[in-house]
Order: sequence, then structure tokens, then C-alpha cells
Amino acid sequence: MAFRDAPDILTSRLRYEDSHTLERFLATGGYDGLRAAVARPADEIVEEVKTSGLRGRGGAGFATGQKWSFLPADVFPRYLVVNGDEGEPATFKDHMLIERDPHQLIEGIAIASYAIKCTKAFLYLRGEFALGHERMSRALREAYTHGALGRNVFGSGFDIDIVLHPGAGAYICGEETALLSSLEGFRGEPRIRPPFPAVKGLYQKPTVVNNVETLANMAWIVLNGGAAYAALGQGRSTGTRLLSLSGHVNRPGNYEVELAKSTFRDLFYDPALGGGIKGGREVKAFIPGGASAPWFGPDQLDCPLDLDEVQQRGSMMGSGSVVVMDETTCPVRAAWRITKFFAHESCGKCTPCREGSGWLEKVLRRIELGAGREEDLDLLLDVCDNLAPGLSWPPGQTTICVLGPSIPSPIYTSIRMFRDEYLTHVKEGGCPFS
Amino acid sequence: MTEQTETKKDTVTVTVDGKTFEAAPGELVIAAAERHGIYIPRFCWHPRMKPVGMCRMCLVEIEGVRGLPPACTTPVAEGMVVDTRTPVVKKAQDGVLEFLLINHPLDCPVCDRGGECPLQDQTFSFGPGESRFVEEKRHFEKPIAISELVALDRERCIQCARCTRFADEVAGDPLISFVDRGDHTQVLTFPDDPFTSYFSGNTVQICPVGALTASPYRFKARPWDLDQVESTCSTCAVGCRVNLQSSQNDLVRMLGVDSEPVNHSWLCDKGRFGYQAVEHDGRVTHPLVRKGDELIEASWSEAYAAAAKGLADVRDLHGAGAIAFLGGARGTNEDAYAWAKLAKGVLATDSVDCQLDDGLPAAAVLGLPRATIDDACRAKAVLLLGPDLKEELPVLYLRLREAVVDGGVAVVELGPQSTGMTRHAKTTLLYRPGEAVEVARALTSGRDPMPDAGGVRGEELAAAAGILGRAGEGVVVVLGRPSVAESGRTVAEAAAVIAAAWPQARFLPALRRGNVMGALDMGLAPGVLPGRVGLDAGREWFSQEWGVLPEEPGLDAAGIVGAAAEGRVQALVLLGADPINDFPDRTLARRALAGAGFVVAVDTFLTDSSREADVVLPAAMYGEKAGTTTNIEGRVTRVNQKVTAPGTVRSDWIIAAELAQRLGGDLGFDSTAAVWAEIARLAPSHVGLTADVLGRRENRDGVVAPYEGEGPPRHEAPVEQIEAAAAVHQGETLPSEAVAGAPEHAAVDEPSDDDDPAGAGRPPLLTFAVGDAGSTAAPPAVDAYALRLVAGRRLYDNGVTVRHSAHLAGLAPSPRLRANPYDLDRLGLGTGDRVRVTSSRTTLTLEVAADTGIPRGSVALPFNLPGEGAADLIDGTQPVTDLRVETTN
Repeated sequence: MAFRDAPDILTSRLRYEDSHTLERFLATGGYDGLRAAVARPADEIVEEVKTSGLRGRGGAGFATGQKWSFLPADVFPRYLVVNGDEGEPATFKDHMLIERDPHQLIEGIAIASYAIKCTKAFLYLRGEFALGHERMSRALREAYTHGALGRNVFGSGFDIDIVLHPGAGAYICGEETALLSSLEGFRGEPRIRPPFPAVKGLYQKPTVVNNVETLANMAWIVLNGGAAYAALGQGRSTGTRLLSLSGHVNRPGNYEVELAKSTFRDLFYDPALGGGIKGGREVKAFIPGGASAPWFGPDQLDCPLDLDEVQQRGSMMGSGSVVVMDETTCPVRAAWRITKFFAHESCGKCTPCREGSGWLEKVLRRIELGAGREEDLDLLLDVCDNLAPGLSWPPGQTTICVLGPSIPSPIYTSIRMFRDEYLTHVKEGGCPFS
Repeated sequence: MTEQTETKKDTVTVTVDGKTFEAAPGELVIAAAERHGIYIPRFCWHPRMKPVGMCRMCLVEIEGVRGLPPACTTPVAEGMVVDTRTPVVKKAQDGVLEFLLINHPLDCPVCDRGGECPLQDQTFSFGPGESRFVEEKRHFEKPIAISELVALDRERCIQCARCTRFADEVAGDPLISFVDRGDHTQVLTFPDDPFTSYFSGNTVQICPVGALTASPYRFKARPWDLDQVESTCSTCAVGCRVNLQSSQNDLVRMLGVDSEPVNHSWLCDKGRFGYQAVEHDGRVTHPLVRKGDELIEASWSEAYAAAAKGLADVRDLHGAGAIAFLGGARGTNEDAYAWAKLAKGVLATDSVDCQLDDGLPAAAVLGLPRATIDDACRAKAVLLLGPDLKEELPVLYLRLREAVVDGGVAVVELGPQSTGMTRHAKTTLLYRPGEAVEVARALTSGRDPMPDAGGVRGEELAAAAGILGRAGEGVVVVLGRPSVAESGRTVAEAAAVIAAAWPQARFLPALRRGNVMGALDMGLAPGVLPGRVGLDAGREWFSQEWGVLPEEPGLDAAGIVGAAAEGRVQALVLLGADPINDFPDRTLARRALAGAGFVVAVDTFLTDSSREADVVLPAAMYGEKAGTTTNIEGRVTRVNQKVTAPGTVRSDWIIAAELAQRLGGDLGFDSTAAVWAEIARLAPSHVGLTADVLGRRENRDGVVAPYEGEGPPRHEAPVEQIEAAAAVHQGETLPSEAVAGAPEHAAVDEPSDDDDPAGAGRPPLLTFAVGDAGSTAAPPAVDAYALRLVAGRRLYDNGVTVRHSAHLAGLAPSPRLRANPYDLDRLGLGTGDRVRVTSSRTTLTLEVAADTGIPRGSVALPFNLPGEGAADLIDGTQPVTDLRVETTN
């Protein structure tokens, strides 16, 4: 199968125990991409990235090169902010990139900064990543000493500083405008757009916010060319992608796969990937792209790992986390568990999300614990509809950010797929799976 | 000009619910729709704050836009088609209201807000009939006091952030904030840091539910029992428009009304809650006449007879010049005019001063070219030479703060100590007390390099001069008294120097007493007559009407108090004046009250001064009388009566008129309307400003004097803008009313239009120039062992209003002597130490505090706090007061 022949763009060093050290990084071609980048005009790097077709790996999948080009010309200073606040349940790919190959990220940040003509980048790292902080701090010090950061990078005249900033434990700070508020020292709450960060972002200055994985691709693209990257994958889903596979598979973990060349079935069953479902059971449902994504049933197993294809089928690849639920899974409990996360993490700014998340969580809990009513199913669907009118993907927007309208995804898809099981909870006065 | 720019529209065409209209580019959909009669429900949006778009109540459909954008964050665009009533919008509105109500306690029957609650109202208009929520609601301890004035019920809160945004964006006091997340989000103060903002009451007014309630109003009334009139606050001279509300003839609440040129709907807490003094049990409710050591209740005719006899005796024995009037800056214009006419036109004494040597000379205030608040807020630069605006004119502080923060206006501050404005100022020049003139001369000298002056370094002066611009073009000077421990004349002289150097500069007086500007306009100051004319210039004009006039210019407050102390002034009439507490030099004020043989006090309470009087005539307070008032801009607005005064209390103008009769005079009016008619006929700056003109819709925000007749008012917002603001009110819970015409005014015959009052003989208005402030003694050389006193005021002080308002009285701080840490170090002192402070007057023991906002060599002690303080130390006969500070052991 074609996906097995793809190069390891993001994970090439992970086979080494000391992948996080500068020595290993340099021994494996580290900082060659940055050296090559600063030797070329910045605009050429932007063009390479545009050519690569790279789309943001944070969830929304916006074309990275295009995002960069929204920066207004001649407004300085401008900032690059790196979103390392990976906090979605079952998403753990950036976590690994930060801990296991910090220099690769630093190199990517420096290249992107050079490309967009920014001299100060901020790395917002999830506060809970203790080891990540330790390794990133050390790697930053090493990079400065090595001449990859600071004034006059590798003698090119390019200056770049990276500020490492620990998050304080809020999922919402992974939303780019909330991240900017948090970075500025304010409560982490999304901001109204427009103005978009590209125009008025951090400290009201033009700002690009990129995800960790997105930037980890930079050195490879510079060294191999945007066209080589674009040759991987298919259509608008180019390159490779790091997927966090978890749930009822035999081999959960992070897997770098070439986009569009394989399917969810491959991901779950290939011996080199998921290695099959635990105990040889059947897939009951799976989440194709993070907790916010509408669920898929077994009928979608042959859906290719292609951003547009997944979206067309009513969900998303989102943050790249794939969760497999086998037939032993209680869909009510699963939906409740995810909703509880969102209710806990709603920042509380917009009414529908603040109040709706808590309400939905309470109703789901009631059903799971045996006090459900038949009318609760329609109530759930209607409250969901008040959060995301139309109950489709991408969701209708009723709030400032997309957190609120994402909350209904597991609820309405699980009710649509497993209405009978919900009703069993109601009729039997409790969970048949416990 | 090209054809293209000529045809370019400066409006955009939008359609809302099928109605097509023009709107200003950038205007928000919610505001544009409302101006055209389409109300889009909302909670978080407030027309005076930046949109935040979080309650999601105003979601609408816009053609070509995905989803439901909020009308409060979406600006109009050419050709935009908006729908606010489609089934999708309706479902969203139902949904948001249902969401808001699931955790709301619905304790409306015991909620202050019930009956005037936007959540109630909009639920009725836009919400679902019932809730599908069967779970347990969120619970919090309720209510909790977040300050002495405000209680917070977090269960009722709908997290609209109006209060937190107000505190942060408008007041600049970010003392309340959201904590926690999701449906546990709550508003709270920071630990051990209560919501002690001077503007906290505004958060109660703008709260769209009953989450924030005002301690003075809690459970006092239900909205449907309230009766209200629109009026003007008279706590300070900013002149905020208010709704005055009563229940069963008790004032129970004041709410800010959105006046575009003045207060933008905001009030300070002193203004908002000071009505409690009106309802205080300790009011003087009947006349009192001294019998030996005691003041005995008497009838009005006994009291009038005693007052008239005492005054007539002094006049007959010592001449009219031995009678003096102090005070009168807290009443209406009509009151002030009546007193001026009694003093100058009946008794023929010019020793009249509505200020107590704590303001500025009348000639300067009346004679300098005037600026409005809007002028100041739109100026290229503002020079602030005056008191701490946050403490004395709080809403002017809000307006200027907004101008700085949002409008980028550059403020240069010039004063003897840092103030609430300092953090917003581009630069603050801290001068040595008494040396404002030297600093003004240097600042306007254009010299390069700039010399040091008045304790300010040349480089700082040069930087400030650079900001203000060499020619002073477009500079507005906010002018008041920075410290009562230095002579007001030096400040006036400094202003004259600036006016001479920068002819384009205009001045916004920053005097504090409620109607001090009206009192000055009405002639309650020496050397002036009503309508901003000098005594001599106006002599002929007024003598035709008034009969007698004073022969010679009289004494100002300092002169009166000094003369009374020496027995040269024999009779003192105190018009709500309490010189023992309000005159800078308490020692001299005490001697004056003892030295004056006969004292009449027209007052609302027995104060330290009125207790010494021979006759006390009880006067009506704010809310108990109608008339007009004048703010710092010269803006004349109506004040209205809401409650009946207690006992036999009367309005000042009636007391003046009846006293005049006993003194053989006749003031010639029998109603407030008649007094105003005379003012509008005679006072040169007010000629033509009739009750009819004041009552016009376009004058709902008042009229700035000098009145220039018909045509667009000077420095006013265009009418469209006023109407826009007026339209906006309709959407607020408590809409402002158009200025209600006082019926008594309507009954008066106005002078006919063809009777041109600007005819021959009308005297010219005062002007003020260098030297007009009178001689100013230079301050003595600085003594290395002494510290020079700075005495400003605090919002909560020992004044009548605060002292008699139950919820404000405890807020006055205890006096602390603040000094630069350098000086404290030099004396081996630190914050909290107690020291002996000695002036030429007395010695006090005080606590010291280090404050880098006080320049080296000076010490600051707030004026008129409860107990001994600055007034005991100040020697009013000297240009400055030097203190010796020693350790107590």
C-alpha cells in the first residue's frame, strides 16, 4: 500500500532514544533547513509553503501559505505565535513532537518567522507538558548557543527570538484568539473576528498563529521543495499527517501517514498501524478527528484519510485524533464523557455554550444514570440545535468561537446512530453496559 | 475636487426587516436598526461601551452571511439586508433566553429589578413561554457585599460583562472580574480588595438583571411604585443629568440619564447616593432664633423679623459694607439671583462670595474664554491645572479619561501633587506649592533651552510645551484649584499668563460646588453683577431695574472672613456655607464667626458654623425645589422638584424675597418662573434664554451661556446626533424623558421677540487678563527644614452630603500626611509612623504615608476629612503653608 512508502517527515528522528538532543538533531540534518531558508529571499519560502499545499494541523485545516499572505504589508512588528496548547481529549501528537524533537519545532518556527519577516515568536505550550517545557527550555538555550536563534542567525542578518510561555490549564486557550488573550495576560476568552489575528492579533499587531505540527514540516519543505511535499497525498490533502490513534485498537499511538492514500480501515487494522480491534471485536463507531468531530459508524471505515473527503461525509479530521469504539462501548456514556469535558472547558463567554454545555451534560448524565425520560432525546437534539442550528458539519455558528457549536457533534451523531440504545437506558432505568 | 469624491456617499443603505434606510458607515446593525424603530433584543450591548458580542441575544440573519451574526458586533455595509424576525432568528432568541433562564433563580418577587428588568421584559417579548430545564440550578451564596455600596447575587447574574467592562473600560477601576469557567462563571472581586470604585453605582444601573443591587436602595421600593422626574445632579458642578425617583414622597434612587454633551449616562457614587442626605432626620425643619446660648424654634415671621432687624441695624450703624454674604453655590440659579439681588440691589453690599476662598477669583472664571466638556475631549491637547478631577468632578474625569484612552487626547498635568489623572497624562509637572505662575510663564515662554521654574526641571517643561504646541492652538485648559493651601490668585494669574501667550486657548473651569458656576453667573461674587458683567460696567444697566447698587467693589471670601475676624464685617449671612469646615483657614473662620456681631444662616443642617448663628432659616434641598442650574461649561439645565420639603422649609429665593420685604425692598418676583424671566431679560449673558427656549426638544441637554440667540448652539453636537442619542435611550430599560416643562414656567409671559434685548446699554461681558487676579504675594523662600503643604479634596469628605448620607458617611478616609519617600527617609520615618506636624497655626499628630506622587519638599493632607486636619494647619493669610514635621517620641 502506497502510504507505507511515504517518507517520515515529522517522525524521522523518533527511532532514536536521544531524539530530543541537539547532538542527535545535528547528526540527522538538523538546522540544514533553516540554513537553507535564510540563504534565500523570504518571499521564496512563502512560495514554497504555498506550493506544498500544507494545511494547518491544528484542526481547521486552513492553507498555511495563504494564512501567511494575509499579513498586511509593511506593518511591523508582527508576530508568529505557535499554538502548542494541545488539549483536546485523545490528541497527543504535538505533545510527542515537543518532547521528542524540540529542535525540529524550533527550526520550523525560525523558518516561518523568517518567511513572514517576524523577529519575535511566541511558543504557547500547554502548562501540563512538564517534560515538554523542560526539553523545550533546554533546546531553546542550545539553539541560541548554536546560532540558530537570536541575533544574526547563522550569519544571515536575520534576528529571531522565541518566547516560551506556559499555558495555565484551559482547553479554550487552544483557540487562537483566546490563546492571544491568554498570552497577553488576560482571561483566556475568544475575541470577536474581525479583526482577524493577521490584521490585529497579539498586542494588536499582525499575527500568524500556527500549530506545532504545521511548523514541524518547515525544514523538510525547504530542503525538499514545496512540490515534493505536494506530491504526497492527493488533491488538497497533501503531505503526511500525524494521527493520534486511541481507543479499542491493539496498537494505540501516534502514526505518521500520507494523506489520502489510506483509509480509516487501514489505520485501525494494518499491523504496522492500529493492528486490529482489541479482542477481535467489531468497530461500533469512531471519532475521525477529535472530540468535536461528529462520529462515524463502521460504514465509513473505507473513507480515505483525506481532509475534504471526511468533511464531505459530515465530519472532520480536525486535530488528528482518532478514537475507536468497539461494540462494548456505551454510546451514552461516551457522549456524556465528551460533553462533560466541553462543559468543564467552556470559557463561559457566550450564552449558548456556557449554559448549553452544562445543560446537555446534566441530561446525558441523567440518562446514563437511569433517570432519563423518552422526551429527553428530542430535548437533547433541540438544545443541540440551539447551539449549532441545523446539526450539520461544519456547524452553524451561534457563538464567538467554534467550541460551543462543536459540543453537539457527539450527542446528535450518537443519538442518530444509537437511538435504540438511548431508549434502552430510559426503559431499563440505567446503563445496559455497566 | 474630482467628480468621484463629490458623488461618494457618506452613508450606506441598509435594509432591516424590509425597511430601507441610510446609516453611517461603521455604525453597528443593532444601533442603526434601533434608530429606525427596530428593536433587536440584547443584554451585553450597551451604547456607551465597546461591543463584546457574548450574550448572543441579538443574533440576526444577514443575506449572504453564514450562520447568525450578532447585530451588536456587525457594522452596517452598503446593500446589507438584515432580518431580525425570521423563524431561524426567532428560534435562536428563544434558545438564548431559555439558556439564560436555566440557571437564573427567577426570584423576581423579591428582586429589586423585578418590574424593570431587561431579562423579564425581553423574555416576555422574545422568549419561550416555558422552560424545559428540569435539572438542579446552579447555586451560589447570595447576596455577597462586594463593597459598602454594592451587593452581588451571582445566581441572578447572566454573565453579560456589562459591570466588568464598565469597571475596566469606562471607570478604569478593574476591581471586578469573571472567575471560573463554563456555567460556573461568576463575577467577583479580587481577594481582600473590595469594589471601591467611585463609579460602582453605574454597574447597578446597567446590570440587566438584579445581580448587582445598591445597598442604599435594596428593598426600598418596587419599580411600579416609583415616580420620577428628570433633573440635574447638583453634587458637583459637572451637571450630570439624572432621573430622580421617589416612593411615597421619599427620594429613593437616582439614575443617570444619557446626556450626550455631559455625562453619557454615568454618575459618580456620591452624586448617585447623596440623596440620602435629603431624607436625613437631622434636617433643620423650622426656623431657629437665638435666645441666649440656645437656638429656639420660631415662626417664620419671628425669624424674618429677627434677621431683618439684625441686618438693618448693622446697615444703619456701620453701613452696607459691614454686611457680607458667604455661600450660595449649592442652590438654583434662581436662588442665587435672588440672593444677589437682595445683597447688591437691596442692601447694596458687594461683599458677597459664593466660594469660600477654595476656588478661583470670579473674574477669572467668568472672564476667560470658555470651553465645553466636548471641546476638552476633542482638543489636540489638554492642560490640566486644577484639582484631582477623580476626587472632585468625577464624571469629568470619566469623560477626559475616555478622551485619552480612546481618543488619544494628550493631557499635560500641572499641579503640586499627582492625581487620579496622572496615569493618563502624557506628562505631569509637579510644581512647588504657590509657584504655578512661574511654571506657566516658563511653559509659555518658548525659550530654548527651557529654564527650571517653580521646582519643575527645564527639560520637563520643554517636553510639556512641545506637547501643548508652541502657539497653544486648540489647547483646552481645565482650570481649578489644585490645593487650598496655596492662593487661588496665583492659579488665576497663571491662567491669565497662558491666555495671553496662547490666544486660542480656551478654559473649562473645574470648580466643584453644585451650582458654583450659576452662582457666579448670577453675581454672587464681589465686583460682578448677574450675567457675567463687572460691577461698574453693569451699574447703569442694573440700576434702572434694581434701584440701588453697591458703591464700591466689596470683599471676597478671604476678605470677608478676615474683616469679620477683625470686627469690620458686622453681619454675616451664610447661604449654606460652613466656613469652619470649608474655608481653608479654620482658625480665621472661627474668629470670623465670633467677630461678626450678627450671623444669619440659611441652611439645611446645623453645621459647626450655622450652630453659631443668631438666626437659622431652614432651606429646601436638592429634589425639593425646581429651577435651573449651570454646570462648569455654563450649560443651563432644569432641576426639578420630586418631593415635598420637610417641616416649613422654604426655597432660598422665597427666603430672599421675603427677607427683602422686611428690609424695605421688593425683589419683584413671586415664582421661580418669574425669577428666571427676569434673568432671561436682564442678565447680559442670559438674555433671551427663556424658559421656552430651555424647554425645547433640541435643548434637552441644556443651553450653554452666554446665549447667542437662535441658530445652531455654540459647540453643541449637531441635532441629528442628539436625536440619535435620544433614540438610543428608548431601548434602555429606563428611558430618559424629554425635559419636562415645569408648569410654572409655562405660565409666564415671555418678552416678545421683537423687543430686542441686545439694545443699547447692554453691558459687555467680562474679560480677564494678566494682572486682573490682583496682587499675588510671592511665596517665601523654601526653608530646608520645612515641608510645604498641599491640600486637595477627597470625594468622600466631611461635607454635608457625605456626612448625612448613611451609606457614604463611613467612606471618608482618615487623614494621612503623604510625603515623598525621600523626605520621609530624611526624617527617619516610614509609612504608618505618627508625627507631630506644626504650622504657624497649630500642632497636630498625624500618621504619615510614603507617596512618590508628592514631590520632594511638599507634603499632602486632604482637606475637610472628619476630625482635625488641613484646615487647622493652613494659614490663610500667607500665600503658602509651611509645616515642620517631627517624630512623636
